[in-house]
Amino acid sequence: MKRNAAFYWKLFISTFYISAFTFGGGYVIIPLLRKKFVEDLKLIEDEEMLDLTAIAQSTPGAVAVNAAVLIGYRLAGAAGVAITILGTVLPPLIILSVISLAYTAFISNVYIKFLLRGMQAGVAAVVIDVAIRMAQDLFKEKKKLPVVVLFAAFILAFFFDVNVILIILSCGLLGGITIMVQKKKNPKKTVQTKINDDNTDAKEEDIQNADATKGETK
Amino acid sequence: MIYLKLFWSFFQVGLFSIGGGYAAMPIIQNQVVDTNGWLSLKEFADVITISQMTPGPVAINSASFVGIRIAGIAGALIATAGCVFPSCCIVLLLGTFYYKYRNLSLMQGILKGLRPAVIALIGSAGFTLAELSLWGDSGMIDNVKGIDFASLGLFLAAFFVLRKWKINPTLVMLGTGIAGLCVFAIAFWL
Repeated sequence: MKRNAAFYWKLFISTFYISAFTFGGGYVIIPLLRKKFVEDLKLIEDEEMLDLTAIAQSTPGAVAVNAAVLIGYRLAGAAGVAITILGTVLPPLIILSVISLAYTAFISNVYIKFLLRGMQAGVAAVVIDVAIRMAQDLFKEKKKLPVVVLFAAFILAFFFDVNVILIILSCGLLGGITIMVQKKKNPKKTVQTKINDDNTDAKEEDIQNADATKGETK
Repeated sequence: MIYLKLFWSFFQVGLFSIGGGYAAMPIIQNQVVDTNGWLSLKEFADVITISQMTPGPVAINSASFVGIRIAGIAGALIATAGCVFPSCCIVLLLGTFYYKYRNLSLMQGILKGLRPAVIALIGSAGFTLAELSLWGDSGMIDNVKGIDFASLGLFLAAFFVLRKWKINPTLVMLGTGIAGLCVFAIAFWL
């Protein structure tokens, strides 16, 4: 597709529209972006979109913004990034600014207060439910260290009010060290399996394939 | 310089919220309520509630809301820019890396290490919201018996529904909102 004014407009209006009508955050917006840019506009390959999603989800910041940045960059470079960020950020910016200006009048109404009070009980339940679901997925992996980290981090944050940024930084560091240690251990393991199973050609081929895929995932 | 402060605060929110909207909540609370005192805990809970009902990421919503209250439209723009800036840089860096090597394992490894912390922080934020909803501003410790039974009922009902059937969270919140409106209004008239 040509990078003319119509193209940029299309890019802006697509992200603006998706952002304006997506309730429920990043996990909802990704499938919509995929549908628009992969299926409707056919600008990005399906496989590539999956990788972009992985990057968007594993980078700090709002998933929706991250995905928009990647799509903009992929389709139209720096100008594309500026346009998709604008398209993604403008709807919530406008809506929340209006709400913020009306907030004082809004919140002094006793019935609005009742509605918000009821909703807050629901929000608390939703957030705790999300945390439990994520924790259950983590427990399924049956590794001890993450479980210990989970409970330690929770106790430090909730009962001792330890700074959350400090907790995130130290856990990131711990994760980085764990990966380095695993990387040091891993080569030995592959050597050992090679020594054990060097009888038949077929098996050797399997190992080579396995090594190749390991190399790819690294 | 309030603009610089806003930018720096939401820069940190953008930089340290890893893994979507719920993960941003504890960091927003840290910056907006604990560090700078721009919002009370009650107002913060309102922003979270409003964010769930409006489109857009929680981080951007809070940036707009706090920014405009503290320093007008310019404040909203600056806070939002601060929030978007770090993820923009990191994503572009990783994106360039990806197109060069198609290889993300070290980053994903570090993120794996972060996952339990992120889950714990989301849980902690959830408990903070629950404490606020059930005990109000005074908190649980000073006031264990002061629990609001109507809110407790709504909370338990919402929790039960969410655990039992995977219902859309927005619907659950609307449900507790309408139920709360009825219950509290009846109590108010009596």
